[in-house]
Amino acid sequence: MDTFLWVVFPYICLAVFVVGHYWRWTYDKFGWTTRSSQLYENRLLRWGSPLFHFGMLGVIGGHVIGLIIPKSWTEAVGVSQELYHFLAVSLGGVAGLATVVGLAILVYRRRTVGPVFMATTRMDKTMYALLAAVILLGLWNTVASSIFGHYDYREGVSPWFRSIFTLQPDASLIADAPIGFRLHALLAFALFALWPFTRLVHVFSAPIGYLTRPYIVYRSRDEAREGSRAPQRGWEKAGRP
Amino acid sequence: MRPMAQMAMVMNLDKCIGCHTCSVTCKQAWTNRSGMEYVWFNNVETRPGLGYPRTYEDQDTWQGGWVRKGNGRLTLRSGGRWKKLATIFSNPKLPGIEDYYEPWTYDYETLLNSPATQTFPVATPKSLITGKDINIRWSANWDDDLGGSLEHATRDPMLKGIEDKVKFEFEQTFMFYLPRICEHCLNPSCAASCPSGAIYKRSEDGIVLVDQDKCRGWRMCVSGCPYKKIYFNHRTGKAEKCTFCYPRIEVGIPTVCSETCVGRLRYLGLVLYDADRVLEAASVENDHDLYEAQRSILLDPDDPEVRREAERAGIPADWIEAARRSPVHKLINTYKVALPLHPEYRTMPMVWYIPPLSPVVDVIKDTGHDAEDRHNLFAAIDTLRIPVEYLANLFTAGDTAPVDSVLRKLAAMRSYMRDINLGRDPDDSIPESVGMDGESLYEMFRLLALAKYDERYVIPTAHVEQAHALEELATECALDYDGGPGMMGESGPFGEGSGELTPVAVENFQMLKQRQTADSMSGARSAESGGEDSGRGRLRGRLNLLNWDGKGSPTGLFPKRSPEEDE
Repeated sequence: MDTFLWVVFPYICLAVFVVGHYWRWTYDKFGWTTRSSQLYENRLLRWGSPLFHFGMLGVIGGHVIGLIIPKSWTEAVGVSQELYHFLAVSLGGVAGLATVVGLAILVYRRRTVGPVFMATTRMDKTMYALLAAVILLGLWNTVASSIFGHYDYREGVSPWFRSIFTLQPDASLIADAPIGFRLHALLAFALFALWPFTRLVHVFSAPIGYLTRPYIVYRSRDEAREGSRAPQRGWEKAGRP
Repeated sequence: MRPMAQMAMVMNLDKCIGCHTCSVTCKQAWTNRSGMEYVWFNNVETRPGLGYPRTYEDQDTWQGGWVRKGNGRLTLRSGGRWKKLATIFSNPKLPGIEDYYEPWTYDYETLLNSPATQTFPVATPKSLITGKDINIRWSANWDDDLGGSLEHATRDPMLKGIEDKVKFEFEQTFMFYLPRICEHCLNPSCAASCPSGAIYKRSEDGIVLVDQDKCRGWRMCVSGCPYKKIYFNHRTGKAEKCTFCYPRIEVGIPTVCSETCVGRLRYLGLVLYDADRVLEAASVENDHDLYEAQRSILLDPDDPEVRREAERAGIPADWIEAARRSPVHKLINTYKVALPLHPEYRTMPMVWYIPPLSPVVDVIKDTGHDAEDRHNLFAAIDTLRIPVEYLANLFTAGDTAPVDSVLRKLAAMRSYMRDINLGRDPDDSIPESVGMDGESLYEMFRLLALAKYDERYVIPTAHVEQAHALEELATECALDYDGGPGMMGESGPFGEGSGELTPVAVENFQMLKQRQTADSMSGARSAESGGEDSGRGRLRGRLNLLNWDGKGSPTGLFPKRSPEEDE
């Protein structure tokens, strides 16, 4: 059972995640959007959306540090266990709280504002439920692990997570983590599997290229002549339109 | 010099009667879909008035367009790239649906299903956004013909500074119509605002388009455009805009709005411009110099050097020839009567307007004086500062001199032509008084009053030698996916409009070929037979005006006549 939960299931989810995105990209570029509902309602969104998204950026950053960077590395640069724990709980707590408050506002808005609710698909609802569960469990873990009994996830969950990507999965590393952590990890992988089929795909469209591309994009209609597939890069340097 | 070609439009506002035919046919062709109910790629505003969306010209509020920084460089008024990314989760300047209007339909079912009653049943209005009953308070044209002007028109942003002089009493007011489409700017701030780089300017003809496959719904273009001519499709979550009817333009027929214009007030043609100088012209310090700067980057296609450079830049010979015959170029640069809308936004708009003389003429007529006499007209232009100042706020960033000069030319044309029409000797002092000669004034009259179809619309066809290339322009076919025209009310697995694309142009191409090779005009008969194989099934009983050349009536526009054909 442990092998299924902590080895097979994550691999299935990751496979769905990768193949699903490839499939969605080729099949449904048009549907690849944030599907913003700001046009309908702005008063709640103005607070909820930035709180949630910026909080989420912090949360993701925290996970990168906590899961991917081994404990030995941070200790090598002189970050003690106490300092690390303090930073993780305080910064993580703030980001997590912002995320949860933002999410609460957004879910409230989605349910109570008529047009927004009407524009919500079944997939959205499923995704919201799963995402909310993962986030709440994550925040609970942060809070609980510092109030009741201490669990150092960097000794258990993180090595397990890394072991999946080094293709030497070791279920025993996470098997005896507190139930909150195990549920958080399981649901997170489930969310990864759902990801390519939801509006979450917009995460991979974060427009970083905007910072470096020329303001005005010129494009020739000839570029489309090859066929229906769009050229890789949608713009040319301003110098040669 | 780096010449590029731009498809541009001029509208002669004196001829606009505000019939909204352009808006309706445009809507029928492009935005007759769910998610786009509130969208009018072409709308006609009564000025003075609030416009659509309301007070869109108030850039202190909406922050659209460009602004010149202290160091002489341009930046987006709503902030640079970092600010855009920082506000991406909630665009602070996005107009809400209430700033446009909440679209609605009527509950016709009650009328049809109502039992016999004492009183007539009522079709109550239902919101197309919420599906609930709606109390209609605003629409795209609520203040049409100065309706409710004491309440609304007084808040027109363009009246700033002259509000105390403008009268809205019935006898003293003035008004005219302003049809608006996307300006297809040379320096488009929508494209500059797009984080995804999905909005592009076509290098062949300058048409600004949204790549629907690249748009991710960040909404920055909507607030970036100072004309608010980019719209958010609230079903598909993507931006859409006026396409300058590029599928029509590519095959040499005018846009739907031009084709169907009752007053024949629209002119289409190419202009050549120097792409190297666009930024420089858009960055001149004084707002009042922007009109001249914008005019000056347009190249003279009769100049041999320009033509040599244009050829070197890869502009085909027939396009250069078309640029020489372009009515748009004549009106802008030869006669200098067309002005850009709001040059102060520094986007270098490419839809130009001939300001209306009629508010002035009307006033003279009402006083019982001769409204075609040059002296009366000139004097009226001088004394009637309000229309002139108002027009200047619209077309020249507040500089009255160019507006004055245009109105004088139009006035001179009026009185010069009256002499000719009455069989008198033309008075050559009239054209001289506005710095023209009799012949060019007459030519201008011809272009403005008599010009036929092929003089008003000089459109070189796109150079696509193979038909199949036309069929598969999928990246540029913004609208024919699920959720596009012909796909109403259907939903893909990931929400409205997701799913595989249906290449479009197949339909347009078939219909066009059918029309071009048919012996008869594309009237009801031929269109009907064509409709069976190409249009009917795909359009599901709706009507495609994209290929209509104005001759005959397309199938489905009117109900069938003979009773036995009724089903």
